[in-house]
Amino acid sequence: MATKLLIDAIRDTMFEEMRADERVIVMGEDVGKRGGVFRVTAGLVDEFGENRVIDTPLAEASIVGVAIGAAFHGLRPIAEIQFFDFIHPAMDQILNEAAKIRYRSAGDFNCPIVIRTPYGGGVHGALYHSQSIEAIFTREPGLKVVAPIMPSDAHGLLKTAIHDEDPVLFLEHKKGYRLVKDEVPDNDGAIPIGKARVVQEGSDVTIITYGMMLLESLAAAKKAAEKDGTSVEVIDLRTLRPLDRDAILGSATKTGKVLIVHEANKIGGVGAEVAAMIAEEAFAYLDGPIMRVAGAEVPAMPYSPPLEHAYLPNQEKIGAALDRLAAY
Amino acid sequence: MKQHDSGGAGLQTRDRLPAGLTDADLLRMYEWMVLARSLDERMWLLNRGGQAAFVISGQGHEAAQVALASALQVGKDVLVPYYRDLGMALVFGLTPRDLMLSLLGKKGDPTSQGRQMPGHFSSRRLNIITGSSPVATQVLHGAGVALAAKLRGEDTVAMTCVGEGGTSEGDFHEALNFASIHHLPVIFVVENNGYAISVPQRKEMAVASVAERAAGYAMPGVTVDGLDPIATYVVAREAVDRARSGGGPTLIEAKVHRLTPHSSDDDDRTYRPAAELQEERAHDPIPMFRARLMELGVLSEQQEKEIRDRVKAQINDATEFAEQAPYPDPSELMLHVYGA
Repeated sequence: MATKLLIDAIRDTMFEEMRADERVIVMGEDVGKRGGVFRVTAGLVDEFGENRVIDTPLAEASIVGVAIGAAFHGLRPIAEIQFFDFIHPAMDQILNEAAKIRYRSAGDFNCPIVIRTPYGGGVHGALYHSQSIEAIFTREPGLKVVAPIMPSDAHGLLKTAIHDEDPVLFLEHKKGYRLVKDEVPDNDGAIPIGKARVVQEGSDVTIITYGMMLLESLAAAKKAAEKDGTSVEVIDLRTLRPLDRDAILGSATKTGKVLIVHEANKIGGVGAEVAAMIAEEAFAYLDGPIMRVAGAEVPAMPYSPPLEHAYLPNQEKIGAALDRLAAY
Repeated sequence: MKQHDSGGAGLQTRDRLPAGLTDADLLRMYEWMVLARSLDERMWLLNRGGQAAFVISGQGHEAAQVALASALQVGKDVLVPYYRDLGMALVFGLTPRDLMLSLLGKKGDPTSQGRQMPGHFSSRRLNIITGSSPVATQVLHGAGVALAAKLRGEDTVAMTCVGEGGTSEGDFHEALNFASIHHLPVIFVVENNGYAISVPQRKEMAVASVAERAAGYAMPGVTVDGLDPIATYVVAREAVDRARSGGGPTLIEAKVHRLTPHSSDDDDRTYRPAAELQEERAHDPIPMFRARLMELGVLSEQQEKEIRDRVKAQINDATEFAEQAPYPDPSELMLHVYGA
């Protein structure tokens, strides 16, 4: 065990997996000598060479498309998209190819690739370096989507993703890279995809969240406990597709009050699916409305600090929603 | 860029057959061509008879397809085809029965178990990579397969195909660029029939030939008469040998004819001059190759009849087999979304 930042946990996991399996390669823009613009892949090229750590041209469709082709012929590629905001040119390759390969060939082919990409805001990245567009991908059967924020979870889920026989979109919150740390096991400690984690047990209200909003939610829960003695259960989804039905419904039936928090905008977001699942399957247990705190319903996050702040959910907004929900 | 014409005038005698081609090779190629054409024609009959919902055709492309695929090592090399590549799929080992099951969406269709439209050739066992319907996405997969082959130290060659319409897509450019940077063992085949559904080549590109674009990637580019299987085979062999020996990718533009509408849902009379189609039909690659083989003394009337009989029997068998095969059970709908 060692205390690690999120960025170091992800990098160390790639070192471990590339040492263990020569089929694992890394490809993306600036991933080689520069070690990625965030330095997530720093040092990989020195140990594994340019054949396995490939600086690609600035062309996202080819990063994913070539990775898919390489996976067809026996490799286990990790494709890096430099920012989630820049993934759109690769959409055909991700949604029409990777996600559908197993189904369209009736299991004759599969597509074991990992697509890593930094997402999320709060770093003055403005409209095109802050996006949380995971809901475009979580609606896609055939694709798995994970968004761990704790370094130990990132380590365990990246291991699982690399070993997975299906395509996995691995979302890394860029604000968390050098902010979030915890104890990370050495080498082992794979975590199954599709399992949420109860970060804090509680009995009055459930918060279901992921990404940097886990930290804001925990802070809001702490304040609510101090202020009114409200007991808040906090669940980190960790995997956004497939959702952990048991964890979501288990907690919703226990507390009867659910607040969903995410940085992405509300309409059609991951929270909408969580809310629908609870409404369909745990309605009789609810003591109040399913509530959501989410990013602003605008095209993307602005640059100027007050605008960025106004866009993002935070512990105050979450706290206000907790108060309203607890009053039911 | 090089231009290869048919070379037909130089091939009046059997001693002058190029690239180690034997009489048996030529007869085999001819039979594949006849099989591909006859199968395609039967599929249209089944469509017009209401049994098959959709057909997409390779008629007019058969000489190029059979010659290109014949230059590869079946069982070792990897094919990343597009929807017109019926001839290539046959050479790589899909059978008329397989393809008829696919046409009718029947259980046992090895390409997709009845999930994809016809024309989406696929088989892991036969090294035919599964494809989608969006145009040119597969060209990047061809580069990726070649990257893996190179990193694994194999001398496997990947061949990926697209129509000239697909060369307008960004994925086509990205694939050629990537493959050339890394000197990958991949052959990019463009089957240029002059039309992207209804849009003629002059509205698709300002260059006179697709092969010219190879210069932009520092890659050899060749235009070949895709109606001539021998000339196409020669060009393909050169590209395969270059790829296998570490010489990198090649762009081959095979000029072919599209003798049918784009698909069974198209009506080419709305955009194609009748005279143009008539002219193309007068240069149908299959009767032309038959005449040439007879002229060379490779094919006799008796052999021609045997070939036609064999092909007809295969197609009748495949049709009957597929008609009698069951449909997939509705319960199969939910299978194979994710692995175990």
